[in-house]
Formats: sequence, structure tokens, C-alpha cells
Amino acid sequence: MTVRRTAVDIAASVAAGELTATAVLEENLAAIDAREKEVHAFNLVTADRARERAASIDADVKAGRNVGRLAGVTVALKDNMCTRGVETTCSSKILEGWKPPYDATVVRRLADAGAVVVGKTNLDEFAMGSSTENSAFGPTRNPLDTSRVPGGSSGGSAAAVAAGFSTVSFGSDTGGSIRQPAALCGLVGVKPTYGMVSRQGLIAFGSSLDQIGPFTSTVADAALLMEVIAGHDPLDSTSLPQPAPALSSVLSQGVKGMRIGRITDMPEGSSPDVLARLEAAFDALRQAGANVVDVTMPSMSYGLTAYYLVAPAEASSNLARFDGVRYGLRVDAKDLNSMYGDTRAAGFGDEVKRRIMLGTYALSAGYYDAYYGKALKVRRLIADDFAKAYQSCDVILTPTSPTVAFKFGDKTSNPLAMYLCDVFTIPTNLAGHAAMSVPFGTGESGLPVGVQVLAPALGEAPMFRVAAELERAV
Amino acid sequence: MNAATNGAVVNLSNVVATAEQLVDGWELVVGLEVHVELATKTKLFSASANRFGDEPNTNIDPVTLGLPGALPVLNRHAVELAMRLGLALNCRVQPCTFHRKNYFYPDLPKAYQISQYDQPLNVDGWLMLPGDVRIGVERAHLEEDTGKSTHFGGAEGRIQGSDFSLIDFNRAGVPLVEIVSRPDIRTSEQAKQYVSELRAILLAVGASDAKMEEGSMRCDVNVSVHKPGTPFGTRCEIKNVNSIRSVGRAIDYEARRQIDLINSGGVVKQQTLHWDDASGRTNVLRTKEDADDYRYFLEPDLVPLVPDAAWVEQVRASLPPLPAARREALAALTGAAKESEAVAVIVERGQDAYIGEVAKVGGDASRALVYVQQAFADEPATPRVPAGDVAALSLMEKNSKITSTQAKTLLAELVANGGGDVIAMAKAKGFEAMDTGALELLVDQAIAADPDAWSKFKAGEQKAMGALVGSVMKLSKGKADGKAVTALLQAKANA
Repeated sequence: MTVRRTAVDIAASVAAGELTATAVLEENLAAIDAREKEVHAFNLVTADRARERAASIDADVKAGRNVGRLAGVTVALKDNMCTRGVETTCSSKILEGWKPPYDATVVRRLADAGAVVVGKTNLDEFAMGSSTENSAFGPTRNPLDTSRVPGGSSGGSAAAVAAGFSTVSFGSDTGGSIRQPAALCGLVGVKPTYGMVSRQGLIAFGSSLDQIGPFTSTVADAALLMEVIAGHDPLDSTSLPQPAPALSSVLSQGVKGMRIGRITDMPEGSSPDVLARLEAAFDALRQAGANVVDVTMPSMSYGLTAYYLVAPAEASSNLARFDGVRYGLRVDAKDLNSMYGDTRAAGFGDEVKRRIMLGTYALSAGYYDAYYGKALKVRRLIADDFAKAYQSCDVILTPTSPTVAFKFGDKTSNPLAMYLCDVFTIPTNLAGHAAMSVPFGTGESGLPVGVQVLAPALGEAPMFRVAAELERAV
Repeated sequence: MNAATNGAVVNLSNVVATAEQLVDGWELVVGLEVHVELATKTKLFSASANRFGDEPNTNIDPVTLGLPGALPVLNRHAVELAMRLGLALNCRVQPCTFHRKNYFYPDLPKAYQISQYDQPLNVDGWLMLPGDVRIGVERAHLEEDTGKSTHFGGAEGRIQGSDFSLIDFNRAGVPLVEIVSRPDIRTSEQAKQYVSELRAILLAVGASDAKMEEGSMRCDVNVSVHKPGTPFGTRCEIKNVNSIRSVGRAIDYEARRQIDLINSGGVVKQQTLHWDDASGRTNVLRTKEDADDYRYFLEPDLVPLVPDAAWVEQVRASLPPLPAARREALAALTGAAKESEAVAVIVERGQDAYIGEVAKVGGDASRALVYVQQAFADEPATPRVPAGDVAALSLMEKNSKITSTQAKTLLAELVANGGGDVIAMAKAKGFEAMDTGALELLVDQAIAADPDAWSKFKAGEQKAMGALVGSVMKLSKGKADGKAVTALLQAKANA
């Protein structure tokens, strides 16, 4: 594989007139031509629009106009982010052909910064899954080994960067949907603090859990992208009232004196190659001057159960609007209720239906307290446990995924096995905290292993310091 | 939304009906849920216009239509208007949250309504009815309106069996406040008074235009009956009650239906009913068994609303005097009863301050009350006629310079011309009250002309007086004061 350019390099070179946005884009489009058929990272490649955009940036550079911090950086967007006039499907038949009349805030900020969108990437339908096998338009393959999944739900976005289809990409993370595919594809993936990045224009799965974040080849690229997309948005009421954090400047600070938490009662089930890499990561940080401290997270193993009540409950409500009345698929029927039923039966895939039913049940009269209500309590317990742990450490290290990338079909017949992919990533979403996955060497079959750096809410700066140190240590 | 459940063992109100309020020995228990659209410029969660009567589907946007990815942002002005209403209803304004109420219907774009559930903005208030009857207000919470469906073909304008339906989303997302009373109302008359008073308060604080005919104020009525001293009966909820008069009719009809049902050995079932104003009947919409499970849960797209104390106090301080206080003040100023129609009507028109002006420039307030009630119905809150002119007129009548009939004529002229010099106007018309001497001459003249009527009048036949007064008026060419003539006749008859 050719050496990938980083977003930091491209932006600097394009702005300086040493490289054209068009040249960067054409490299990506060539890679797409060569491998997209095999990988299927995209639902839609917007080559024409991208060429126009790149040309206009090149013209701006020539004319000496300000081109923004991401000039010429090519990006791929998970197909659950609204793009004005460009089909946005969530990889679902129910939204096939729908063109939003507006851009998501993140999309607008990227455009303002001079990024070039190459296309909309495949995902597990409505972001529900961990392998991208739940897409209504067919699975995405892991570019590192096409017999294996890229992870999910943002599998298309991870594959796009791993295959050189775009410089960087964006996904959404509700329970690990950025970090797990980043780990499986050997990339950096960030789940920002809840409220750090606007959700406006992100088609909701679990509104209290969803965050948009970047996939990049380097920690520095991730820091740059966060600086561009984060910061208060008046259109999202859950957006935090503060500007984007300065992250690029902390990367060189090292980890001397930092306290790195190691969870002593971590949920079991990780494969030995993954655990070996985690140990190596602790060692590397120790060598760089950090202290490793033991912490406990007794509620961590309940996270999965709580998540599979909270997220489906919110999803059952969020997805109710897909009713065939105003947009998207409609199956005509003899009366209103049949139209609703037939439309949704035809429009949603099995996993989406499973979660809608789970969530509807969990919120129903007579069951609310036992299920949804109890899940909210677990959510609080997890936040409490984290708060206690962070009294003695600055960040916590865990595996991102219990295993390296698995083969197609390995877990499709067993939803619970699939759900277990997210056991380490879910607690962060339940607590509203920050976390990121950093590639840290390889495991079984030479496939990449990701180490997850967890940080408290607004703990992006220490998180990025540690991530940068791990990157240096590989 | 109603906290009260059926067949309650514990009664939710201690208000006991008086004997004359009972219907055949049954006590009515009525609670009202009133929805009002707030008079904001924009919608509760988006920047689209909140305006009635526009071309359908023009005041829409991604939030209104529930497009994927669109998020709600709370309208501060809507919160402020809801707080104004809450404070005017003596509520406690508290930190609150929003919930999703989930159900499918074509005019509900997100398939959930954002409403307030267990932590509403305004709680524990009350509203005073005439006769110092205090009706508890359980809550007044914020929520968004739905779109408006119109069904074509089929029966009764319902979606079932219709050929097609059209939806106007202009109304979707319009801010509403739902005001839930406690079940403290005991008669249909009180219910009408409650709605009327609530409407007056809404107008006074500027929270809503409260037009029932345009749907910006809508009532749902909960009715049950029971024997005094026993637990409350099972309640029925009546929807589509769209005028104050209908509130009374619907309650009377429904109470009678329930009493007759129980008396004939039946049992009232918890139902939602639809009021048909044309036939004057209620029809069953649904029974409790097929009630929706709304699966309320905390709206994750919004954060808790915590009105800070300074804001609440600022809103409280900006409240205008409320109708009840204004009626009391007007009654005190004019000597009229505070529950009189004149006082109610003038406060509703907002013309009470004008009467204060008349009094301030030396006018007679009690006469001004009559003038304004009778002649200023089409005038704005501050009538065009200068207060000084009305004051002058009231003094001329009070000092018997002119008769009340003449005053009426001059008043009409004042209103027609937007004011005028009443002394000059009276002179031009030759108006002057007759002095008693001159009047006595005319009275004697009338008696002489009709001795038959005079003897009948003396014998106590009141009818005969009319003829005598009439002929005095004729002789005086309308300048005689009718009251003075009557008094003179009486005095002569008793002499």
C-alpha cells in the first residue's frame, strides 16, 4: 500500500500551493476505481461534486483567498449525516432516495474548513450493528483482509480511510461504532465527550448516546479534525456551551507523571493477542514516565445490558417517524394502519426491527420500571464508578474490541455474540465520556489491535496526550 | 394527560357541592383540561412562524416536519409566556423537563409529541370564580401542537373510512400550554365561569389570543357523578368542546347521561367521548381498554429547563393587574357589584382604565360605567372620545342639567364624532332639564287632560301612570326627566 498522506500534511501543502486539492482527490478516486467494487465502503461516491469542490479550493489558493484548516483534505461521511441535496439513507430501504434539504452542522463546518467530501459511506442499518453486515445495501469488507468485517456500525467510513479512498472520514458512535471499526481497520477513532460535537443533522439512533467523531491515520489528524468540528452549536440543545478544545498543541507534551488506570475487574472474554497488546501499551506508557494505577469498575459488565435497553428505547421513538407519510418509502395499503405496518415491514431490516421491538417493550406501561427505569439506574452507577476511578487516574486503558477483525457470518446468527463486541466501548457512551481507539501493533493473523483510551467528560486533552504517546511507541 | 384515574378510592378534591348544586341528589365532579396556543412569533422548537390562517404548509421547516436529523431548540419567549400564565394562575414555577409522548398519527410528524410529564413548568395554582369559589390548578405545562388533519369522504370527517386526508403542518410545533384544573368544579355554570375567567387572564397577560372559534383555545372536559360523601364516580373525558356555551351543554348532557345510566342499573365506563355540538350529544371515541400506551420517556434532545429566580421574579413583576383585581377596583370606583355584567364586560374590553380616567378628571364614575357599557362596545380599550367629554356629560346628567334620555343622545353623538363640547351640543339641541316648577305645571296639565287615568292611578293602577308620564313627556317635547315626573305624580297622589 502506498504511504498515506495525513490531513495535517495535505492541508499545509494545499494552502501553501505545493499540492493541489485536485491531485489529492484524484489519488483517492483512482483508489476507489481500483478497489471499491471489492470493499464496498460507499453507498454513494460524489466524484463530480468533489471535483468541483477541489477545483474551487485550488482556485481560491491561486487567488490568495483563505482556504481553511482542512484545505483539500478528502473526507468520507457515514451515510447517516445529512448532506444537502445528496442522498442520505442510513443504509436502509426506508430512506432510499431521500435527499435532505440541509447539511448537518459537522458537514457545514467541514465544508467551511475546505474539506472535500468524496462520498457517503456504508453502515449497519441506522447504525445498529458491529460489522456493517446489517446494511440493506450489502456488507463492507475490511480492506486489510476482505474475508473479514471492518467492524461497525461505521464500517464504511473505517474501510474508506484504510483503503485510501479518502484522507479521513467521519462516523457516529452510539456504543462503539467509531472505536471498534477503527481498531479492526488499524485506524485512530474518536468518540468525543457527549455534547462536544453537534448532533444536528445526524440521523438519530440513541439520542442520549450518539456522537460524531473522526477516523484518521494519525492522532494529529484526529486532533485537527476535532478542532474543526467540535464546539457549541445553537441548533443542538445538548451541545456543550464551550468552544472546541485545543488538542494539536498537547500532542507533544508526553505523559510524564500522568496516572493511567488499569481496570482490575475488567469484563472477561478478550482474546490473548488483544490482552498482550494492552499490556504492551501499559509498559510503553510506564517507560514514557506515566504511572499505572489499579482501579475498579464493578458496574462495567452491566453496561451491555443497560445499553441494550436505553439505546433501543430511544431508537424505537427516533425511528417512529419513518412512517411512509412524508418522505422515504411508502407501501400503499387499504388503510392507515396497514400502510404503517407494510411500509415499516418492508423498509426496516431484521436488526432494526429487533431493536424497535426491544425498545418499545422496555418503555411499555408495566415494564418501564423493570427495564428502562432500571437501565437508567445502571447508567448512573457506571457514571459513579467512573467518577470514583478518575479520582485516582487521568485516563483508563482497555482493549477497544475483544478480538481482531472477525470473518463474515461469524456472529450474524448470534446477536448476543455480536453485542459483546462493544463490551468495552459502551460504558463510555452511557457515561457521556470521551474515548478513542489507537492502533497498537498487530495480533492474530497480523491484524491490527486497537487500544482504547478512556477519559472523563471533557478529558480530551489528556486522552490525546496518551494517544500520541502510544502512537510514538508503536 | 391527567393524573386522576378512574373509580378513585381517594377523592382528589375536598370541594363539596351545596344542596342546590346537586342534580337529583347527585354531585357533579368536573375537571377541565384547556389547551391554549401561545402568542409567540415562532414555534416552540423552531424558527417557523406561528401564524393562523396562512396558506397550508408554508410555515414549515425540518424540525416542524420531523425530518431525520432535525433537533428541537426551545423558544425562550414561549417559556416566558407560559410562566406569565402560570404566575397569573398563582402557580409555583419550577425546574422542569420535557418528555416524549409516543403515538402514530399522520399529523404528528415525529410520531411523538414533545410535552411535559412528571415535572411541568407550573404547578399548584388556583383560579377564583365569582362568589369566591376557588378552583385548583394542578399544572400548566408546555407542549407542542400537532398538524391539522382534514379528512375527505366517509362519515363524520374521521380518518376511518375517508377517501383521503390532507394535512397542514403550519400548526405542528406551535407552542401550547395545557392547563389542568383540579376536579373542584361542581356545576356546568362554574365550568363556564372557569373557562371565561381563564380566557380573561390569558388575554390580560398577553399569553394567547384565546380564540375558541379559531382553535387557539380548546377544552377537554372530565365529568363524573357520585352521591355526596362517597368516592368519586368513574369519569368520562369529553373532547371537541369548542365554545363556552358548549362546555355547559356538554357537562349537562353528560351528567344527565351518567345519572340516568346509574339510575337504570348501569355502570359508567371510563371513556373518551366526542361532543357533537349540532346534535347536542356525546359519542364514544374510545374506551379505556384501547387507550394508547404513550411510552413517555425523557426527551433526550432537550436539557432540563431551569428558570432562574431572577427571571421568574422579573416576569412576575411585569404582570399587569389581573381581571379579578381590576373588576374589584372598578366595582369599588363605580359602586357597582363586582359580579355585575357591566363590570365584567368593561374589564373584558379593557376599558376599566378609561373609566378611571373619567373619574380622575372629576366625572361621575357610576354614570360613566353605564355610558361605556352601552355605547363603547365597538370602541378600543382606550376609546377615541376624550375622558374629559364623558366626564362633562356625566356631570350634566348627575346635576340634572339634562335628562338621562338626553344624555344618551349626546353620548351617541360623542361616539359618532370621537368627542365634542357637550355643553355646546346640549345647547344646540335645546336640551335642558326643566326645573321643578315648570315640570309641576306640565304634570297638572296632563292630569287635567286625562282625569280618567288620574283616578285610576290614584286607585293604585300602576298601568295608568305610563299614560300620564307619556303625556308629560309629549308636553315637554322630551325635556322632562321621566324619573322626576314619576316622583311628582306619586307625591301628588299621596298628598
